[in-house]
Amino acid sequence: MVGFVPTIHVFLSNAQVVDARHRAEHDAAEHWTRTMLEIRNLVVKIADEDKQILNGLNLTVNDGEVAAIMGPNGSGKSTLSYVIAGKEDYEVLDGEILLNGENVLEMEADQRAAAGIFLAFQYPLEIPGVATMTFLKAAMNAQRKARGEDELLTPDFIKAVNSAADKLGIAKDMLRRPLNVGFSGGEKKRMEILQMALLSPSMCILDETDSGLDIDALRIVAEGVNALRAKNRSFLVITHYQRLLDHIVPDTVHVMSNGRIVKTGGKELALELEKSGYASYGEAA
Amino acid sequence: MAIVTPLKTAAEQQLVQQYADSKAELPGGPAVRKLREDAFAGFEAKGLPHRRLESWRYTDLRTLLREARPLADGVAVTAAVKARLDELKLEGLRLVLVDGVFAPELSTLNAIPEGVSVQSLAEALVSAREDLTRILAGPSVGNDDMGLALNTALMRDGVFVAIADGVELEQPIVIVSLASGEEERAVFHRSVVLAGQGAKGSIIEVSEAAGTAAQQINGAIVFETADESEIQHVRLVTRQQGATVEVQSLLATVGAHAKFDSFALVANAGTVRQQHFIRFAGEHSEIGLRGVNLINKTQHSDVTLIVDHEVPHGISRELFKTIAGGESTGVFQGKVIVRPHAQKTDGGMKSNALLLNDGATMFNKPELEIFADDVVCGHGATVAQIDGEQLFYLMARGLPRPQAEALVLQAFAGEAVEFVADENVRELVMAEVESWLKAREAASEVSTV
Repeated sequence: MVGFVPTIHVFLSNAQVVDARHRAEHDAAEHWTRTMLEIRNLVVKIADEDKQILNGLNLTVNDGEVAAIMGPNGSGKSTLSYVIAGKEDYEVLDGEILLNGENVLEMEADQRAAAGIFLAFQYPLEIPGVATMTFLKAAMNAQRKARGEDELLTPDFIKAVNSAADKLGIAKDMLRRPLNVGFSGGEKKRMEILQMALLSPSMCILDETDSGLDIDALRIVAEGVNALRAKNRSFLVITHYQRLLDHIVPDTVHVMSNGRIVKTGGKELALELEKSGYASYGEAA
Repeated sequence: MAIVTPLKTAAEQQLVQQYADSKAELPGGPAVRKLREDAFAGFEAKGLPHRRLESWRYTDLRTLLREARPLADGVAVTAAVKARLDELKLEGLRLVLVDGVFAPELSTLNAIPEGVSVQSLAEALVSAREDLTRILAGPSVGNDDMGLALNTALMRDGVFVAIADGVELEQPIVIVSLASGEEERAVFHRSVVLAGQGAKGSIIEVSEAAGTAAQQINGAIVFETADESEIQHVRLVTRQQGATVEVQSLLATVGAHAKFDSFALVANAGTVRQQHFIRFAGEHSEIGLRGVNLINKTQHSDVTLIVDHEVPHGISRELFKTIAGGESTGVFQGKVIVRPHAQKTDGGMKSNALLLNDGATMFNKPELEIFADDVVCGHGATVAQIDGEQLFYLMARGLPRPQAEALVLQAFAGEAVEFVADENVRELVMAEVESWLKAREAASEVSTV
């Protein structure tokens, strides 16, 4: 059993209170004018099982905000990222996910991507036989097409890729290989950030982007992310550890436990968690 | 006394009649005539191959051929034939068969490279070549096959190509076999390619319908490649009528220190049975057999092969990729035989299939018969659906599902296509794969497994 903390129990038993506080904090900061992502009372289970993972989750991310989600293993962090991005293995039992006020739950994953959602995978998939450049071009053009724009001209495409790759220290050789095949953990994560830079999404979700990275790779990836921070682009940074947040400094930190956001604070909350651990949030329900 | 099974089906009886009617005019000297007689006697004893024969278990020719169509016996150069030849993008020496009969006027005989001789099979069959029947018979592992026996008995024409010692072809030799197809016909053709010592080159076979009528096609190609030769064979079956039944036999006898590769693409066809009978006749040679089968609707694609490691130090690789949608059926039966003294054999056989619908079926049957004790042989056979994780990854980057599936499928097929050595041919093969996938994408077909 894990220690019982009364103040937190209050948050848990009344999600609305958490939400209200959360908003109040944001309002107080005053430099966010608009909501990018709003998740209301999200209840999700695994499609083929009776296992419920998200239990009435509420979360708001404003324009230009970098929000971190921290939490112990099994708290539902990755599930949240997959559900936002539109993975099919889950069933949404209740709630809404609004991106710029529009419910994305009715959309397929590709439509969500076109609407501006980008998930940087914890474990990017290896796709043998698909050249990285072919994939990048297909992805960029698919999104342009969905937005009613013309296809990219090849020279413009190559220029864009080379410029973004240089910034992330991605060698030309990597771009010639099949997508993610034989890439190291660090290379895969850099490739994710390269895609993020090229697709210029408005809502970026980073799922444990720090896992499997050494200090140097972490710094390169974090710099890549920081370079993309903008007024009209928000981030949801999911991580176990404070370490990543030293490099990508968040505006807000949310603690997730048992499928809910159980505490919300500023960047100092991450430091607190690093000291005290998640134990006090473990038995949240 | 041998037990003789009476021939029962209408098709079998029609074939007996056709052989009786045509054997006097089918080309060949006494030795060839005897070859035909022996082959047909085998057929009369056993009948059309059927599902109770292990090697034909999944492609029951007795059921598929309810009636034997009349034998095609002349060159019908239709407008459709000419149009198709004009469209064909393959460069190189072009040798054209129409309804199984060599059409010199449609072939580019002025482009025969030095060191290459070409004649029609009909001419070769009446020549005085002493080794003719041995060449025609091919590897012994194919001798019991009744599909091949029927071809031996009824083969009318084809081409007989010899590449002299040391000759390296700059461009492929393209054997185009078109069915003029205004009427339903049965076509029996056979071609022979002899590669001299150290000869190098590509032979491309195209089997297509120019017309609209279903055909019964029984084709064979025989390779005899000498020591140190490097021969690549590519077969394209990409435009056939859905009701066409096609049996294609590939026979190869490969000399020492030689390389022999074959790649076959089947797409937009009806029922296709490809059977490869391959023999290592010399040591230190490498043989690669690969292919891609793209099937949909009620199409049926069967690849059955026997690789006979008769001598030591042989390397063999097989890789077949099947993508099956609709109510289609894919078959792979691969047998690698390693004879008792064929030590240091290195064999690797793989067949991978992706099923796109619940209605699609794949039969995978790899077999190893190893009688030597110092060999490395392996096989792998998989049947799966498109990887949902890969799909989600691509879709999360904005690719709509049909496009994401096409990309994954293209990559899957590409793993076999990349072994086609000639760059132009490889690109053409990949373009055919892409166009099949595009058609599927355009129809917004997505997998439902």
